[in-house]
Amino acid sequence: MIAAARCIVARDLLLALRRRSDVATALLFFVIVASLFPLGVGAEPNLLRAIAPGVIWVAALLSSMLSLGRLFAADHADGTLEQMLLGAAPVGIVAAAKVLAHWLVSGLPLVAIAPLIALQYDLPAPLYGTLVLSLLLGTPVLSLIGAVGAALTLGLRGGGVLLSLLVLPLYVPVLIFGAGSVDMAAAGLSPQGQLQLLAAMLVASAAFAPWAIAAALRISTE
Amino acid sequence: MSAAIKWFWFASPQTFFPLAGTIARACWLGSALLAAAGLYVGFFVAPTDAQQGEAYRVIFIHVPAAWMSMFLYVLMAFWAALGLAFNTRLSGMMASALAPTGALFTFIALWTGALWGRPTWGAYWVWDARLTSELILLFLYLGFMALQAAIDDPRRADRAGALLAIVGVVNVPIIYYSVQWWNTLHQGASVSLMRSPSMASTMLSGMLLMALAFWLYSIAAALTRVRCIIRERE
Repeated sequence: MIAAARCIVARDLLLALRRRSDVATALLFFVIVASLFPLGVGAEPNLLRAIAPGVIWVAALLSSMLSLGRLFAADHADGTLEQMLLGAAPVGIVAAAKVLAHWLVSGLPLVAIAPLIALQYDLPAPLYGTLVLSLLLGTPVLSLIGAVGAALTLGLRGGGVLLSLLVLPLYVPVLIFGAGSVDMAAAGLSPQGQLQLLAAMLVASAAFAPWAIAAALRISTE
Repeated sequence: MSAAIKWFWFASPQTFFPLAGTIARACWLGSALLAAAGLYVGFFVAPTDAQQGEAYRVIFIHVPAAWMSMFLYVLMAFWAALGLAFNTRLSGMMASALAPTGALFTFIALWTGALWGRPTWGAYWVWDARLTSELILLFLYLGFMALQAAIDDPRRADRAGALLAIVGVVNVPIIYYSVQWWNTLHQGASVSLMRSPSMASTMLSGMLLMALAFWLYSIAAALTRVRCIIRERE
């Protein structure tokens, strides 16, 4: 079971390594969206400092959603996905492994580059730790919830737009606590409460989402 | 075993179809009568509010609509779960028949809330916890309907929609509390089972009459819609 999961993660990572441009596109999207806000609202440093956590989190949300379409699409198109569902490993494990690989190539680079965006927004340096930690806890939740939507919309016409309609409302709590933790730290208070709630969401979604993804995959491929 | 067979007797669309028609007709009539009574009490009997004047009378539409919007989502998820568990066709049909009515009540609650907020808060829209979570509830309804509309095979549409409704219903309390935690301006609930209501009894009775009328309307609309779906599919 663990071997199957490790095998899927390694395979997906290898595939992502062979097609580096896909990974780069989602990351670039994150950077571009975050860069558009100062152009739209003006470059007043106090304003930028105030909106930075929200902007970075919304950009992360959109970027993570954008890359969800690719999560199962290629495997579905060439029939690999059906073989995985028929295989001996539990589908929940397969789903969890695929989500983990997806997060490693789309979520983790985003967490790594976020301090750079924070620098552009002149966010005070002590807040970087909170920002990175909140993204580190929050982006896997986005991948897990988003994967349920990706599995449900597999092979549908207009799948991308539909996916955003399904998934974005469910992202709201992560956005609130993620951006809230950085705001809290900026106000000089302890962000521990929000970070713990994010961690709780991560644990809960890691426990339940794989089985929901498995059910959705079965519905979509039957 | 015989009890179980009777229980599932009406789970077949063919046997349910005439029953749905009978219940729907009774509920249309009942909802019209109750709505007339509720509106009469609301507009002519209930006293004018000391602080808000006549503007508060939108409560007779707003609060029952908000109740229904939340209750119908739970009901929809219940039918969806039943459909996944027992693999009955009718359950999925019921879930998809309830969704438009739920979305309608969510929209009415938001719309009347905006009209109420203008004279009392001075703004049509504020980013308050309840308003925001009601808006997100509307998005959840719309997502459910959009997903079902995008899938051509009705069985797959039912099952996919059912899973989405269940994921949604698990998330609704989380969304509600997170948004509430984020910001709050809306007044607390006016009616509670635990303590005596903080409003005149005529106001309360008008509101409960309207709530009952909306209940019957929802039943009637959902059953009428389910009859259309049965005709379409079977």
